[in-house]
Amino acid sequence: MKAEQISIFLENKAGRLSEVTGILSDAGVNIRALSLADTTDFGVLRLIVDDNAKAEQTLKNMGFTVRKTRVVAVEVRDQPGGLHEILDTLFQAGINVEYMYAFVQQSGNNAVMIFRFDNLDEAIRVLTENGIAIINGAELYTM
Amino acid sequence: MIYNIEYETMPREALESIQLRRLQATLSRVYATVPFYRRQFDAAGISPADIQSLSDLRQLPFTTKQDLRDNYPFGMFAVPMDNVVRIHASSGTTGQPTVVGYTARDITTWAELMARALAAGGATRGDIIHNAYGYGLFTGGLGVHYGAEQLGASVIPVSGGNTKRQVIIMRDFGPSILTATPSYALHLAEAAEEMGVAFKDLHFRFGVFGAEPWSENMRREMEEKLNLKAVDIYGLSEVLGPGVSIECHEAQNGLHFFEDHFIPEIIDPATGETLPYGEPGELVITSITKEAFPVIRYRTRDITTLNPEPCICGRTMVRMNKVSGRTDDMLIIRGVNVFPSQIESVLMEIEGVEPHYQMEVDRKDNLDILTVSVEVSEEIFSDEVKELQRLSARIEKDIKETLGVSAVVKLAEPKSITRSQGKAVRVIDRREM
Repeated sequence: MKAEQISIFLENKAGRLSEVTGILSDAGVNIRALSLADTTDFGVLRLIVDDNAKAEQTLKNMGFTVRKTRVVAVEVRDQPGGLHEILDTLFQAGINVEYMYAFVQQSGNNAVMIFRFDNLDEAIRVLTENGIAIINGAELYTM
Repeated sequence: MIYNIEYETMPREALESIQLRRLQATLSRVYATVPFYRRQFDAAGISPADIQSLSDLRQLPFTTKQDLRDNYPFGMFAVPMDNVVRIHASSGTTGQPTVVGYTARDITTWAELMARALAAGGATRGDIIHNAYGYGLFTGGLGVHYGAEQLGASVIPVSGGNTKRQVIIMRDFGPSILTATPSYALHLAEAAEEMGVAFKDLHFRFGVFGAEPWSENMRREMEEKLNLKAVDIYGLSEVLGPGVSIECHEAQNGLHFFEDHFIPEIIDPATGETLPYGEPGELVITSITKEAFPVIRYRTRDITTLNPEPCICGRTMVRMNKVSGRTDDMLIIRGVNVFPSQIESVLMEIEGVEPHYQMEVDRKDNLDILTVSVEVSEEIFSDEVKELQRLSARIEKDIKETLGVSAVVKLAEPKSITRSQGKAVRVIDRREM
């Protein structure tokens, strides 16, 4: 049910982001979704890619600090209230969202959101019980 | 193993009588042959004949790095160039380089002292020594080299740099002793890891690390990462090069000072007053056997203490503690004395933080701003920004508590902090005074 995301530590310097995208492009890795959390000094780049192992190894070889994190990809009805429905369900169950971002591709008529929770297993249980569709990793990377 | 039992375990009284005789001979000689010393002694109203006991030494004026620079290049030599067989020089990164010379006998003395030092650090005849100190004008490479040969060990003169080749040599030749600067040793560990070579599969038993100050925390890190026992070696080219004092591997607690060749003193850097054993201050060294380049009461700028207590290894010579700072590395930030080594200790207390850091000092609106960059290792990297911010806040808090000065902490990418010729650049001071 979980998907894998890779995170990269970046200093806030001109050209760092394009260096990462360049390395992945040369390695033939396709970026499926991306989010950048930044402060004035540094940023954390989070990526969903089609080949995690290759992306991680290539970036490590180039001297980047890389980490793998488990996230959950959730289908969201693409209409007003779609996201609220999910967030409210999680809120009612007392589950915190650490961060979230949108996936590029749609799943049928639904949008896809990537979530990181403080309690991943509990979040999956709650979502499933409430009939919210979760997309598994293998499917997500090749969507 | 004690290389020179007779001298290294000599009773104090016998040692002191040798020291006095050698000191007197050195003073007479420099007075006669080095115009600088003659002028200094005359100005202080002292003649070499006035020095009748070791404690009379403190009547003599100090010699500073600036004095050596003023007499650049050969003005401090006490023998004719005919008798000089080797010249070394400091890098001169902080100004004019200082040039030092050696007679054939000086080279023999140096080899003997380095043989003693390597033996104290655990080396014996059968060892293979991987010598990663730079060869050249820098005294490290050749100093270790001659000592290793004197000891009868096999030395690999690999020098600094070309790290990948070094890792291959370490893997294939199976050296048992590593000699390097501590920052280069850690760099070797990183490079080996990247190349898939594990130090635990190598044959190193001991490492002799020097040329830059390092802390007990770095000892733990090196011993773990390099899988060897690490000892500290001390020396400076103005006095000899490596081989002035050495930690024994038995105690790893203080560096035995080769007092039959050098007389150490600790002084208050502000007043110049000689301090008793145990009190921290600036190390001052007088060489008593050097021929080409003797120094009288040379101010090393290194901060340490002297410890006369007997050591479990059997050596009777006084021990200096690890250098805890430099009088000229000392930064005064908003009126507070700050040593880079203090920052290092703070970082090592935080799990996972590698001691790769850099201090930058700027002045904005007449206010000193200290910025400490810390490299983020995989162990401490979290993909949640708030965790990283918590980490930098914690480092800021610890620095404030330990040093009494506030700093801005910046998290940096691995290997982004400048390393220059194996030596880490720890301090960048951009203030214009």
